[in-house]
Amino acid sequence: MINRVVITGLGVYSTIGKNLEEVRNSLYAGKSGIGFDQERKEFGFRSGLTGVIEKPILKGQLDRRLRVGLPEQGEYAFLATQEALANARIDMDFLEANDVGILYGNDSSAKPVIEATDTLRAKRDTMLLGSGSVFQSMNSTVTMNLSTIFKLKGINFTISGACASGSHSIGMGYFLIKHGLQQQVICGGAQELNMYSMGSFDALSAFSTKESNPITASKPFDKNRDGLVPSGGAATVILESYESAIKRGAPILAELVGYGFSSNGSHISQPSVDGLVKSMEMAMRDAGLTNAEIDYINAHATSTPVGDGFEARAIDKLFSDVKTPVSSTKSMTGHECWMAGASEIVYSMLMLQNSFIAPNINFESPDDDSAKLNLATKTIDKNIDVFLSNSFGFGGTNSSLIVRKIKK
Amino acid sequence: MTEAELIEKVNDLLVEEFEVDRAAISPDAVLKDTLGLDSLDYVDLVVVIESNFGFKVKPEDFMGIVTFQDFYSYALKRVTEKV
Repeated sequence: MINRVVITGLGVYSTIGKNLEEVRNSLYAGKSGIGFDQERKEFGFRSGLTGVIEKPILKGQLDRRLRVGLPEQGEYAFLATQEALANARIDMDFLEANDVGILYGNDSSAKPVIEATDTLRAKRDTMLLGSGSVFQSMNSTVTMNLSTIFKLKGINFTISGACASGSHSIGMGYFLIKHGLQQQVICGGAQELNMYSMGSFDALSAFSTKESNPITASKPFDKNRDGLVPSGGAATVILESYESAIKRGAPILAELVGYGFSSNGSHISQPSVDGLVKSMEMAMRDAGLTNAEIDYINAHATSTPVGDGFEARAIDKLFSDVKTPVSSTKSMTGHECWMAGASEIVYSMLMLQNSFIAPNINFESPDDDSAKLNLATKTIDKNIDVFLSNSFGFGGTNSSLIVRKIKK
Repeated sequence: MTEAELIEKVNDLLVEEFEVDRAAISPDAVLKDTLGLDSLDYVDLVVVIESNFGFKVKPEDFMGIVTFQDFYSYALKRVTEKV
């Protein structure tokens, strides 16, 4: 059985907006979510740059027992999922009566682990860690909490694929629905945004140090880029079989038509053109689309000198004859890591729904690789029927997704 | 700390931690039912007491604590012992 897979709900909580409407406005305006955190400098960070997010207050919204196990990124994921379920018109009665699944990307929960260790060193008694610590600390924290909160009864686990986690979660949900194993899957990605989670990444000198003007620090593809800016939040994409969506009378926002993946089989942090090309080609083959049929590419490009160059060469290899518009929304959001693959589907969906291409802000001059791309450096009002979204991660994990406006 | 002060402090902490209506708390009320405690919540109760009163409730001590009055008496005894 091969099902068509559609998107029926979206939700987001990010540094550029706390819901879809705010995020859509920020994307269109080219608004940055980046700031400077002095505490990081005092803690020994090379860079104090970070995405800035409003901490949600869930007391009063969510029962205490359901809150105590939620770490920071779990709170973001709860809010994003609540928004996505609401606009997919899925309520608690439906969740109780159907085997809705969850596959969410998450690849760390550093803060609860560190806080628990600090408590243990001070108190020398594990019982004083409280009941929430274990549920906050595990990598599967988002799926274990959301499946409990939303009473989910289908597939339930976390995808950890570094900075491609969110994208792979959507790809895996797509496979399950396509092959008839699930009818609805809550997919997404969440990323904690605290300094404890990012110290070891800062150690690699991977972060931009353009601290004097934070909103211009993230400059993917620009000749003078000097590193990424760590960021976070959560984004949720509700995937559903076309038949289920029609039967429910659900809003069908678009169709997920292609998923491609690959592993570079080489360096732990350096990408490879061949691996990226393979991932994009596989997605296009799966979608049955040619390069000319893709209207927009949401690049993974994080603003690191090395990574962006590899992606630019890979995109050029496949799209040089059609010069498809490309932008990296990380120029505004920073690098949302485990969340990015899902949030960038949400960002691209907002562009598809509202007929614009969000700008790759802070781009001033190309290097030899990015000069070959058709970069959208300003907001472009343009109809988008099909987009491709790339996500790549440490260890050489690659994921590409293709989404198309629905054809009846 | 007088008994009245201790009772007020315990009630404040329980209302804050377990988000219950203060009016539901009375000396004769059953602690578990009123606070809606499950097995995990007892772990948090231990943390709340330790961090505010400086003594640790042993899990086996909960066996003898049914009502709020039982809990006040137990806490007063432990606080007094500590002094």
